[in-house]
Amino acid sequence: MTAPVATGAAGFLARYEGLKDHLPGARKPWLNALRADAAVHFAARGFPTRRIEQWKYTDLAPVAQASFAEPLTMVEGAIALPVANAAHRAVFVDGRFRSDLSTLDGLAYRVGSLAQDLNAAEPFLGALAKPGSEPLVALNTMLFEDGILIDLPEGVDGGLLELVSIAVDPGRPFAFHPRHLVRLGAGARLTVIETATGRGQCLHNPVFEIEVAEGATFTHGRMLQEEATVFHLSTIYATIAAGGTYDNFTVAAGPRLTRNEIHAALTGPKAACHMNGAQMAADGQHVDTTTALDHAAPDCASRQTYKTVLAGRSRGVFQGKIFVHQVAQKTDGYQMNQALLLSEDAEIDSKPQLEIYADDVKCSHGATVGALDADSLFYLRSRGIPESQAKAMLVEAFLHEAVETVTDETLRAALTRALDNWWSRQGKAA
Amino acid sequence: MLRIEGLTAEIDGKQILKGIDLDVPTGEVHAIMGPNGSGKSTLSYVLSGREGYEVTGGSATFNGHDILAMEPEERAAAGLFLAFQYPVELPGVGNATFLRTALNAQRKARGESELDAMQFLKLARERMKALSMSDDMLKRGVNVGFSGGEKKRNEILQMALLKPSLAILDETDSGLDIDALKIVADGVNAMRGPDFSALVITHYQRLLDYIVPDRVHVLMHGRIVKSGGPELAQELEAQGYAAVQAAA
Ligand SMILES: Nc1ncnc2c1ncn2[C@@H]1O[C@H](COP(=O)(O)OP(=O)(O)O)[C@@H](O)[C@H]1O
Ligand SMILES: [Mg+2]
Repeated sequence: MTAPVATGAAGFLARYEGLKDHLPGARKPWLNALRADAAVHFAARGFPTRRIEQWKYTDLAPVAQASFAEPLTMVEGAIALPVANAAHRAVFVDGRFRSDLSTLDGLAYRVGSLAQDLNAAEPFLGALAKPGSEPLVALNTMLFEDGILIDLPEGVDGGLLELVSIAVDPGRPFAFHPRHLVRLGAGARLTVIETATGRGQCLHNPVFEIEVAEGATFTHGRMLQEEATVFHLSTIYATIAAGGTYDNFTVAAGPRLTRNEIHAALTGPKAACHMNGAQMAADGQHVDTTTALDHAAPDCASRQTYKTVLAGRSRGVFQGKIFVHQVAQKTDGYQMNQALLLSEDAEIDSKPQLEIYADDVKCSHGATVGALDADSLFYLRSRGIPESQAKAMLVEAFLHEAVETVTDETLRAALTRALDNWWSRQGKAA
Repeated sequence: MLRIEGLTAEIDGKQILKGIDLDVPTGEVHAIMGPNGSGKSTLSYVLSGREGYEVTGGSATFNGHDILAMEPEERAAAGLFLAFQYPVELPGVGNATFLRTALNAQRKARGESELDAMQFLKLARERMKALSMSDDMLKRGVNVGFSGGEKKRNEILQMALLKPSLAILDETDSGLDIDALKIVADGVNAMRGPDFSALVITHYQRLLDYIVPDRVHVLMHGRIVKSGGPELAQELEAQGYAAVQAAA
């Protein structure tokens, strides 16, 4: 019997069969083997369905049923770029690196197109995000054409780098699956501000593999701001070694469907992971943040605070799993998920999950769901502030609280702009 | 100015105000005293338009307008101000932003020009100095982490900035030490004049030593049971509410 998902996957598999001799690295046996392995996994599993535990609340049927099989052609010419947040930026259009739009000169570390530097990628590609792990990782591995490769040597402070992804509407459904590799050597530091914009019937399916070595710090700010026709399904795999820190802050506001899935493993003592974010959806949209934190070493700390704002008939999902291994004594884990529902038709599903096998740990989680506070609203109105403006102030306050913990000022300003942009567009409709 | 006639109101079907008659002429300060639970806060909320209070009878007019028919923000723009008994904390809303937004919303509603950030700051700092408030109270979230006294002073600051023609002060004295009480009283007294009226709600006579009222009304069980001059406050202090009610 053929499961219905297999039909959705069939287009991508056919595309892989047709393209496999032309994909980047087609003459590299290690990569061919990796892609072939991914194709086997994807053929077997297809797109995840809601029968699968981690996909219970997010239905990929619209993605699985669409036909994105058209091969990409290179977009030429001028592209409107978002406002720059940093001096150095890597720009990808439809998933392909555009050196003409990027400014990477003078950087003291390896950074650029993955497709043009596959030999450097060989030891890491597929090491964290294994083809057999998630169907979307398999799909990405099978078909990725490019992505960013960042390799910071030991002790280097890479400063601030922007990663820009732009999807240009070719007038028909299309998909791209960028593969991004980020590696920080011991004691290295880097802040990446990532912006995804785009339009059209499009599937953006990026996979990140992030390796943070001893004592290194990677700050990763993400703004997923594509238009409401776009499906954004991103998967991040990160490992953080002893004394290292991975700091992820994601604003998801725009696409028709967003899945922000993060797997982080704390593998050495005193490693830290902060995963925070704000996700918003308006009428007809769906946002999903799914995290899996693996405490695999003692004395590690993890912090997660996610805020969700839902307007109109929209749906939000937060699933957060914290797994504490037996060796991970003195684990300090915290998870908070707060949702603000601006309409009676909005729905949030929240699923915290703690699995703890060590006995000396501190782990807490909490969730709040509610409408705007009536007392707060009355207080503002009693001062002469009109109701709609008072509501807007309270929503902004809720969202701005989410970014208060972001210490990098450039990043915080960019994230705040992303939040305000969404609200100024949606607030009027709400 | 403010004229209340036969006002009755209920919460969740329970009658709280049982026929209030009250007249506060322009330029006068009246005190409302009464024991806990007598309906003082209910009266102030009904007058300022809080949801959940159902007016079942009577009327309240403010400068000739039927204020009970107006939205809370319209009442504010018309010159009504309530200093809350329990000021609300608004995490994430900066106090300066809040104050400026409120001031500009009212100016806009009255067809006046809005103040820019610099003009506002200058004005706010001036008013804050008079209330012995530190500048950092502008930077913090509205009432977030404020002490009880700071919250009350923040209410008075709002009044000083918004310049209402009628202020209702709901137990603004509770929880204040004597120095803070004097500061608050000075803030109110500074507003007094022919175009300003106030309804000072308290259950201690102490505040009325500093804000000397023109009239004192005693509210018990949802009714004004007695009215008189400032000496009534002393009488209450000496004899207690029960005696006053028995005599009324
Ligand atoms: N939200 C409410 N729901 C039900 N009853 C209330 C509510 N608020 C006040 N009350 C009742 O209304 C009466 C008057 O309360 P209030 O106006 O707060 O009195 P005061 O301010 O004089 O102490 C009290 O009996 C109180 O229990
Ligand atoms: Mg009260």
